[in-house]
Amino acid sequence: MKRKGKAGSPPGEPAAGNGILSRRIFLEGALAAGAATAGASSAAAQPLAIEPWMKTPGVGFDAYGQPSRFESKVVRAITSPPNPATQGVGTARTPLELLDGIITPSGLHFERSHSGIPNIDPDRHRVVIHGLVKRPLVFTLEALARYPMESRIAFVECAGNSGALNAPKAAPLGMAAIHGLLGCQEWTGVKLSTLLDEAGVDPTARWVIAEGADSAAMSRSIPLAKAMSDTLLCLYQNGERVRPSNGYPVRLLVPGFEGNMNVKWLRRLKLTTGPAMARDETSKYTIVLKDEKSWQFVFPMEVKSVITRPAPGIALRGPGFYEISGLAWSGNGRIKQVDVSADGGKSWAPAALHGPILPAAPVRFRAAWQWNGGPAVLQSRATDDTGMVQPTRAQFAEERGLRGVYHYNAIASWAIDAKGEASNAYA
Amino acid sequence: MHMLRPLAVGIAVAAAAPAFAQAPQFGQPIAPADIAPWDISIGPDGVGLPPGSGTATQGEAIYAAKCQACHGEKGSGKPNDPLVGGMGTLAPDKMPTKTVGSFWPYATTLFDYVRRAMPFQESQSLTSDELYAVSAYILHLNGIVGATDVLDAQSLPKVRMPNRDGFIPFPRNPK
Repeated sequence: MKRKGKAGSPPGEPAAGNGILSRRIFLEGALAAGAATAGASSAAAQPLAIEPWMKTPGVGFDAYGQPSRFESKVVRAITSPPNPATQGVGTARTPLELLDGIITPSGLHFERSHSGIPNIDPDRHRVVIHGLVKRPLVFTLEALARYPMESRIAFVECAGNSGALNAPKAAPLGMAAIHGLLGCQEWTGVKLSTLLDEAGVDPTARWVIAEGADSAAMSRSIPLAKAMSDTLLCLYQNGERVRPSNGYPVRLLVPGFEGNMNVKWLRRLKLTTGPAMARDETSKYTIVLKDEKSWQFVFPMEVKSVITRPAPGIALRGPGFYEISGLAWSGNGRIKQVDVSADGGKSWAPAALHGPILPAAPVRFRAAWQWNGGPAVLQSRATDDTGMVQPTRAQFAEERGLRGVYHYNAIASWAIDAKGEASNAYA
Repeated sequence: MHMLRPLAVGIAVAAAAPAFAQAPQFGQPIAPADIAPWDISIGPDGVGLPPGSGTATQGEAIYAAKCQACHGEKGSGKPNDPLVGGMGTLAPDKMPTKTVGSFWPYATTLFDYVRRAMPFQESQSLTSDELYAVSAYILHLNGIVGATDVLDAQSLPKVRMPNRDGFIPFPRNPK
């Protein structure tokens, strides 16, 4: 198997099999003459029209801006709950194939909730720190907002994201249904270590049990070392207060760790010697392996990437030039390289990475592709700066089987058919 | 050279006023008794379990009234998660049916979760006696405790769950 593509080929030159071109088109902004001709449209354009909006003034200002009415299909996919009586249990999934860049619009960030979205009055909300501390403390939102804050761009990925790819046969599912439990925001808030230092951590403490104020009181145990390093109590998301569905008025960001640990609607932090063995760290979010054992406390979301375009529902319009675009991320560090393949992993070429390249944050990658109209299987493969390479589905299954549900990070495939339609495939 | 001026002022202030180095402290001290209404954590060792007791026999009626509409007759599931069965489904090449009986490693987690999150429409509404009783009923349906075994703060942590030793640490967590 050819592992390395020709990164140094001129723009527009083939870099891997089945039409993958050199990434230098993104670096130098030029196509070789042959590729440009192949990508061009031959039909002559219509004369330009004077449209009504060019001749009459538009509407006035909006207090809170909304997307264009022509973008009304850019919405989250909401799966109906198994029981109409338990609304708000389940997920709203991000339509990654309709977005670009790395920041998810706040209103499209995925949601996973266990008991609906609580309607929290910030003036009555409290965060309490207790257990193995010298001084138990309670914080109002007003108090939290007075601390020095820190901002960072980071992904949150549900441990169940891409779990559909554990199924023995590739199901006809789209982008959001498979990979839509991923979001990235600029999060702003107070370092948890600042508050724990104020409370005075007892030397015997090893874990912090974090609990939400929702009616499921969702709780998870976080190792104290992580709580003291880079965990944030977030008050802001993309510059505005955290949205209710994402944890208003305050939620945890536990960078790089599985989404469920980033407790929303945070109300309580209890320091203990051992983990709580809460429902969501025993019966859920554990990984049944090939034998009868299960991994427990699987913290980092390991290196992963997905091609967001082409994707199901976005048909290619005939042979020619296309950009392959996607996201790559690792909970263990920064993305170092992303390779793309159009022949199901037989040959690869490096994609262009668009900065900033930040730890525990997605990177947008792009590759140039000359589709010849024939069958193709598009894949991306990420490598992070710890040297970890995204596994193939076979390698993933070899290590842990396909019964684990959570933390699926194997290379994903979109099969392109003769009509240019993309579909979920195993390759 | 005006860039140097703020630095010089900063040093002067720090030297003159030791409080400058103090981190901001906006937390209010709170007494354990005032935290108690929120302190619903129960450890696997049983720490945090409240007084009270119950048996499976007592729990059957509570289950029928409060749980069965979502979790089915005798914990069989549908429309929501099954609570009973699945024994043996963790075996290689089977698709796991993860229930309280087949998968949950600690009985304390059952009590903790039911108390904090159930019944779905009115969590934290059951009394401690009702929680012990309905926990006992679910454990009894799984063949783990007897119909008249009394569950309380002492006996619940001692309940041996079938999959208690089924978990191993993930080998690649950050140090």
